[in-house]
Amino acid sequence: MKSLAELQAIRDKARMQVGLRSEGNAEFRVQVGMATCGIAAGARPVLNAFVEEAAKRGLQNVMITQTGCIGICQFEPVVEVINTKDGSKVTYVKMTAEKAVRVVNDHLVNGNVVTEFTIGANS
Amino acid sequence: MRELALNVMDITQNSISAGATLIHITVEENTGKDRLSIAVEDNGCGMTEEQVKSVIDPFYTTRTTRKVGLGVPLFKMEAEMTGGSFRIDSEKGKGTKLLAEFVPSHVDMIPLGNITDTVFLLITCNPSLDFVYRRVKDEAEFVLDTRELREILGEDAPLNSPEVTQWLKGYLEEQTQIVEGGNSI
Ligand SMILES: Nc1ncnc2c1ncn2[C@@H]1O[C@H](COP(=O)(O)OP(=O)(O)O)[C@@H](O)[C@H]1O
Ligand SMILES: [Mg+2]
Repeated sequence: MKSLAELQAIRDKARMQVGLRSEGNAEFRVQVGMATCGIAAGARPVLNAFVEEAAKRGLQNVMITQTGCIGICQFEPVVEVINTKDGSKVTYVKMTAEKAVRVVNDHLVNGNVVTEFTIGANS
Repeated sequence: MRELALNVMDITQNSISAGATLIHITVEENTGKDRLSIAVEDNGCGMTEEQVKSVIDPFYTTRTTRKVGLGVPLFKMEAEMTGGSFRIDSEKGKGTKLLAEFVPSHVDMIPLGNITDTVFLLITCNPSLDFVYRRVKDEAEFVLDTRELREILGEDAPLNSPEVTQWLKGYLEEQTQIVEGGNSI
């Protein structure tokens, strides 16, 4: 059973590591479209896959957030991956939880864009 | 929507867009009375009476043209389809409370679905906002208040750090399971 006491242990561990971690500056920002159209098309399992996979791999350099409708409802679920260092953006379309796991491993961990899931390859 | 929990995800996006810093999500089930209620309450920008009318009914006309949203009318329809009810109480500058009541035994009832995932993702993907999640089923109750988690965690471990994220998912699932009962424990 998970308990609040466990949460204190997590805090104590984080406190000791605080110097080691590059705080604040995430390298990638992942934005999952969470407007009504996105949610209806299956955005929640996609967002969940990003969060769970990134947490499982202990990725500290990734920030996962939600965004509104970006006006391409026919391509939902839509995910934007922004490289915060150079501002470049990759737009992934018609995403699924399985595709999300691929994007975490290939793009966020290894730096390789999954071209076949991008909007360019799907329109 | 296939799950009411997806409506909750959608409805709560409105609170986030309204600039809320504290959002209460309450899911209350009373099996004896055959009722399930879902409330989302925020301290965002709120709406005028006129705005509320036009949000509830997309065909209600005001002089100002606005783009018609679907999220709120859809949720309202889903509640009323079961013989339930729906209301919005809002005050400009103060906040908004939305309450939907459902009759679970009705044939048109949409299942609640995975409310745990909805709450989990809202918390982890909005680490600067506070949420109070209350899940009640008959005599059983579970409350999660991110302000309390923050108090324990202090500055060093944000709510969206990998370790906290994994803890939160497990904690929410276990506690919800206890309240919902029945299913394999
Ligand atoms: N909690 C809230 N606080 C303030 N305004 C709200 C809230 N919920 C809804 N609104 C207003 O109602 C509008 C319609 O909401 P909705 O039906 O969900 O459609 P959409 O989100 O696509 O605009 C919103 O755009 C917003 O102006
Ligand atoms: Mg909305």
